[in-house]
Amino acid sequence: MADLERPLSPHLQIYRWHLTMALSILHRATGLVLAAGLLLLTWWLTALARGPEAFAIVRTAIDNPLGGLVLFAFTLAVFYHMANGVRHLVWDLGIGLGKEEAYRSGLFVLSFAGVATLLLWIAILAFGGGPR
Amino acid sequence: MIATGRTGIGRIKASGSARSGAEHWWRQRLTAIANLPLVVWFVVSAVSLSGAGYEEVRAWLGGLFNSTMMVLLVVSLFWHARLGVQVVLEDYVHDRALRLAARLGLDLLAVALAVSCLLAILVVSLGS
Repeated sequence: MADLERPLSPHLQIYRWHLTMALSILHRATGLVLAAGLLLLTWWLTALARGPEAFAIVRTAIDNPLGGLVLFAFTLAVFYHMANGVRHLVWDLGIGLGKEEAYRSGLFVLSFAGVATLLLWIAILAFGGGPR
Repeated sequence: MIATGRTGIGRIKASGSARSGAEHWWRQRLTAIANLPLVVWFVVSAVSLSGAGYEEVRAWLGGLFNSTMMVLLVVSLFWHARLGVQVVLEDYVHDRALRLAARLGLDLLAVALAVSCLLAILVVSLGS
């Protein structure tokens, strides 16, 4: 690839930012964040298998404002990547590829991610919250 | 045809992916679709478990349904993540040797973490 002297397509900074482009980049960014989040899932599961002491360490790491903020960011990333992933699957069927449609579905995906994240955390604060 | 994602006419006309691109594309969609119900299940479970103690979480994962769902979730998530990160590496790591090393590292890490998760689930479900 980079070994050959071939003309390159214009780089990103040439373009004016627009919604569909930002959402496309955000899909990849959230994907990477969530892939990193699998480390946390692994830590949680292995700690659960190892015993109460190991599990308590995970809880201490999570049960504080910073840990809560990280979990909040993960849920936002999950809902965004999930909704936008469905948007991609619909595109794969050849549906919704027009400019206006892509903008509309993009706005819907953003709203969905925001609302779903807020509802989820309201549910967590209402039903769960605090150690039992 | 399903295994490779290639069609017969595509092969005859020698168009489409020359290597494993079509299969990669297909697996990414397959795991994406599988992730949908599994992640929704996990998020709902996580909400109901928020604030739960060690014994409670262990009893939850010890159930046959939950441990089965968790195994499926781990396999589908790690597979999907591995495919996605692979594309990012191929896009941005231009040095051939470095790209090969990164891809090998990614595969080894994904397998190691996924196996850790699966054995942890097994330990919990056999222990309770």
